[in-house]
Amino acid sequence: MTEASIGSPLAALCLSPLLLGVIGRTKAIMAGRTGAPLLQPYRDVAKLLRKAAVYSRTTTWVFRAGPVVGLAAVLGATALIPLGGVPAACSFEGDLFLFAYLFGLLRFFAVVAALDTGSSFEGMGASREVAFAAIAEPVLLLALAAVARQVGSVSLTTMYAGVDASAWSGGFPTSALLAGALVVVFLAENARVPVDDPTTHLELTMIHEVMVLDHGGPDLAFILYGGAVKLWVLGALIVGLIVPVRSGNLWLDGAAAIAGMFGLAVVTGLIESSMARWRLVRVPQLLVGAGVLSVLALVLTLR
Amino acid sequence: MDPALVFLALTSVLLLGSSRLTRCIRLVAFQGVLLAALTIAAHANEITLRVVMLAALILALKGAAFPWLLSRVLRGAEVRREIEPMVSYMLSMAAGTFGLVLSFWLSARLPLPTLPTSTLVVPVALFTTLVGLFLIVSRRTALMQVLAYLVLENGIYTFGVAVVEGMPMIVELGILLDVFVAVFVMGIAIFHINREFDHIDADQLTMLRDWTG
Repeated sequence: MTEASIGSPLAALCLSPLLLGVIGRTKAIMAGRTGAPLLQPYRDVAKLLRKAAVYSRTTTWVFRAGPVVGLAAVLGATALIPLGGVPAACSFEGDLFLFAYLFGLLRFFAVVAALDTGSSFEGMGASREVAFAAIAEPVLLLALAAVARQVGSVSLTTMYAGVDASAWSGGFPTSALLAGALVVVFLAENARVPVDDPTTHLELTMIHEVMVLDHGGPDLAFILYGGAVKLWVLGALIVGLIVPVRSGNLWLDGAAAIAGMFGLAVVTGLIESSMARWRLVRVPQLLVGAGVLSVLALVLTLR
Repeated sequence: MDPALVFLALTSVLLLGSSRLTRCIRLVAFQGVLLAALTIAAHANEITLRVVMLAALILALKGAAFPWLLSRVLRGAEVRREIEPMVSYMLSMAAGTFGLVLSFWLSARLPLPTLPTSTLVVPVALFTTLVGLFLIVSRRTALMQVLAYLVLENGIYTFGVAVVEGMPMIVELGILLDVFVAVFVMGIAIFHINREFDHIDADQLTMLRDWTG
């Protein structure tokens, strides 16, 4: 572990709420509004942390553990994710499975905490979340498997260090297919349009929002911050692929990757303002489509 | 020519998952454009008048004439989407994923007389053919079945364009003419089915029988 290796987690921890701010601002500008300040997500988290939590008498320790375990899982993921050419804080062979299943842990505890409240709405959201995740997870793993196969390593840092400009030149760029698949996973996992609408507050249509209805105060701050970090970490998977700047100079690589992250945030904002949330029955189709992209990329790298 | 082949495979997958008939027609038209590009790309080192003419003919027929003809039929039939496919869209796409892997696996084991121009050609051709077959058996509207027939033919053409070097032009023209006549006749048939029965559900045609009065 060197000094350079704290760069990637540090960027994730400090800059991730800003990513939410950029998405919000992009949507506001597209709609002709001024929008909230870019630093609003930081203020939201600070405000929520100052409040006291209220717990229903029907809930148990599971409900209280949910946000804490969730935040711990994403913070663990920040240690594993490289930022473009900047290596991760810790890496070992096979860490991509740990990475994928830290999100599994996060989801499991979010779902269990939602079920613990005994509210029928939260149960509905939990059921949807799990149904979509069951398809999104293999897509993510297949896409990572394709990158791993290309580079010949199953450690995220080595995988992303091996992605360079040559991935875009020879034959058909499988990176384009992978980026397409990962963008769908990114939108689905972070509950963005067209899978879920983060701004909706109508219980019948929500997925992620409805699961966290009963959390308040510091718990909600943990969930909000954890969601922002998750957005950053999954975004880093895409940016590492589509911004192949591997100059060897860590400052330059890091700056290019961070610029790529905010580019991705603007693109997310544009996607959100140009399309509506899809009907629930069509969302699995979108995810299966992403699965086809990653399977195609995998067979292209296998041949 | 690899990008064209990847796009061909992707449009086939999209066809498996889309219910709106106008969108399906557009996708099949795009496949026609891709085939024309493929024809040029397969003979990139010696572009002759023959190749250009063939590509132009494919573009005109598969990219423009068939879609136009079928959209006319669609307008007349007043059907907007496939009502209830025998296999759901999501399952179709999942089957497509399986078919994709299958065709790559199969093509690795297929001995060919000549070396194909690209390693992607054979798997993508097999996959497109499989998708065509699958769509023919799993969709109910007659129009969708015509589109599936076209997809099937696209797959066979892809196989031919890259594997068989220098197929006589007369053969290629003959096949194109056959397809043209087939689509034309099927278009007229759909029009008449629709006028007679007020629907184009091919499944219900099994109930037809002689008038025994």
